[in-house]
Amino acid sequence: MKTLKNISFWLLFIAIAAVAILPIAQSNVSMREDFFLILMLVILASSTNIIMGYTGYVSFGHIVYFGSGGYVAFYLMQTFQWHFVPAALVGGCVASLLAFLIGMPVLRLRGAYFALATIGINEAVRSFVSNFEPFGGSVGMFFNFGVYDVYGGAKNAGQFAYYAMVVLALVTIATSFLIKKSKFGLGLMSIREDQDASMVLGINPARLKVITYTISAFFPAIAGAIFFFKNGLIEPGPAFELHRSVEALVMVMLGGFGTVTGPIVGAVVYERLRGFLITNETFSNFHLVIAGGLLLLIVLFVPAGLVGWLRLRFAAVRRFLE
Amino acid sequence: MNIEALIASTFDGLMLGFVYGLMAMGLTLIFGVMKVINLGHGPMIAIGMFAVLVMSQALGINPYLTLPVIVVMGILTGIVMYFLALHRVINSPELTTLLATFSVNMMITGLMTVIFTTSPRGLDVTLGSLQFGQVTILGTRVTAVVIAVVVTIALYLFLYRTRQGKSIRAVANNRSAAELMGINSSWMLGLSFGMGTMLAMISGMLLATMFSFTVLTGNTLETKSFVIVVLGGLGNPTGALFGGIIIGLLESITTIFIPVSWVPVLEFVVFIMILLVRPNGIFGARSS
Repeated sequence: MKTLKNISFWLLFIAIAAVAILPIAQSNVSMREDFFLILMLVILASSTNIIMGYTGYVSFGHIVYFGSGGYVAFYLMQTFQWHFVPAALVGGCVASLLAFLIGMPVLRLRGAYFALATIGINEAVRSFVSNFEPFGGSVGMFFNFGVYDVYGGAKNAGQFAYYAMVVLALVTIATSFLIKKSKFGLGLMSIREDQDASMVLGINPARLKVITYTISAFFPAIAGAIFFFKNGLIEPGPAFELHRSVEALVMVMLGGFGTVTGPIVGAVVYERLRGFLITNETFSNFHLVIAGGLLLLIVLFVPAGLVGWLRLRFAAVRRFLE
Repeated sequence: MNIEALIASTFDGLMLGFVYGLMAMGLTLIFGVMKVINLGHGPMIAIGMFAVLVMSQALGINPYLTLPVIVVMGILTGIVMYFLALHRVINSPELTTLLATFSVNMMITGLMTVIFTTSPRGLDVTLGSLQFGQVTILGTRVTAVVIAVVVTIALYLFLYRTRQGKSIRAVANNRSAAELMGINSSWMLGLSFGMGTMLAMISGMLLATMFSFTVLTGNTLETKSFVIVVLGGLGNPTGALFGGIIIGLLESITTIFIPVSWVPVLEFVVFIMILLVRPNGIFGARSS
C-alpha cells in the first residue's frame, strides 16, 4: 500500500473530487449534466486503459460490459423494485463474471484476433438482447416514474446519480493507480512488452490477464447502471453502441496509453472538443470528420498521447504525473 | 417444411454468398499482405454503393457499366488512403493501425453523412427473372454472381501471372527479402491496399443492385466481413470466398427455421466459436 503514501495519487484524487463538487456547490444543473457525461467517459476510458494500456490487449468491444451491467441493474430495479445500489452492484458483478467467462478463452488470442473477437462478442450480445423478451427485446425497457420516489423524485434521483458517478470515477481512478503501481501491474506491463519473455520470468500471463479483464469490466458495468438509471430508458442500440467503445479508445490514445492521468485528460479534452464542434455552426455537420482527422494526426504524429508526450519530453513531470 | 422454399433460399444464399465473398476478400487480402485489419472497409463498401447511385441517377449510366470507373476509383482511393493514413505506422503494433484505419472510417462516414444524409436509398434495376416452379432467380443476382466470379478470376490472374502481382505476394511472404530483390515494398503495400479497397467498392456496387442501403450500411457489412474473413482464415482469399458462401447460405436458409432477428446472434456465436477453436479458419491449418 505504498501508493497511499504517494503524493501525486492524493493530488489527483483531491483535484478530481474538488472539480466534481463544483456543480453541486453552485447548484448549476447544466454544468452537473456536463460533468456527469465527462465522468462517465473518464470511467469508460480508464477501465479500457486498464486492460488495453497496461496489458496491450485492445478491447474494441468493451462497451458490452457497459450495456450488460446497465441491463441487469435496470431489470432488477424495474421488475423487482430493487434499490439502485444493490442492483448496480449485482450488475457490476454479473458483468465481471461475464468478463471472467469470456476472458478465459478469448484472452488466449493475440493482437488482431483478440480485437476482432471483442467486436464479435459485443455484436453477439447486442443481437441476443434485441431478441431477449424478459429484457424487452428490441424495444428495451423503461421506468415508471414511481421508481424514483424512493430517491425523492426524479429531480433528486438525478442528483443521486451524479454522486454515484463521482464516487465510481474516484474508485476507478484509484484502482487504475493501484494496479499501475503494484507488482501485479508490473507483471501486466511485462506481458504488454513481451508475453513470451514474461512467462520465462515466472509470470502467469493467462491468470493475470483474466483478473485484469474481470476488473476492467466491473466499472463500465456500474457506469452503465447509473447512466440508464438516470435515463429511465434502456435500448439495445445505445447500450451496446460499438462507436462509444471506439471513442473510449480514442480518449485513451489522446491522453496517453498506459498512464493513469492520460485517459482522464483524454476524456475531458475529447468531450469538450466534441461539444464545441457539435454546437458550432460551421463545424456541427463535420464533427465526425474533424474528430477522425484529429485521431489520425495523433496516431501518426503523437502516438504517446498528451500525457505520454509530456512525460517523454520533460523528465521532471514524470515524478508527479502518472 | 416445404422443399421448394429450401431450394429457393439455397440458391438465394449461394448467389449472395459470392458477393459477400468478394467483399471479404478485400479485407483478407489487405490483412494477408500487411497484417492490418482495415476498419475503414465499411465506408469503402458504402462509397461503392453511392458511386453507383450517383452515376446511374445523375448521369443516367447503366449501373453495371460503372464497373470500370469503380475499379479505378477503388484502386486510387486505396492507394491514397494507404499513403495518408497507414504508411507512417505500418510497422507499429496492431492498436495503431486499427485506430488509423478507424479514423479514416470516421472521416468518410462523417463526410458521406453530410453529403447524402442517412436516409435509405435504392437503385432501380430490374433484369427480369428465371422461374423454375416456385423457385425464382432474379436477373440482378445472377449478374452479380457473374461479375463477382470474373473479378475473382481476374484478381487471381493478377496475383499469379503478372510481375506486380507476384511482387505483392513476395512482399506478403517476406517484406525484407522482397526489398533485397529490388521490389519497392511501399508501392506494393499501397497497391495491395488499393486492390482490397477496389474489391470492397465492387461488392458495394453489386450489393447496391440487390438491396436498399444507407450511408451506415457499410459498417454493418464491415462486421459481416469480419465474420466471413475469420471463417475462411485471416489472410486467405479463397477461404474468404467460401466463408462468404457459408454466411450467405446461413443467412437465407436459417430464416426458414428461426426468426430473422435471431440470425445475427447465430452468426456472431459461430464467429466467436471459430476464433476460439480454429483461429486460422475452417480451411486453414490447425494451430498448435
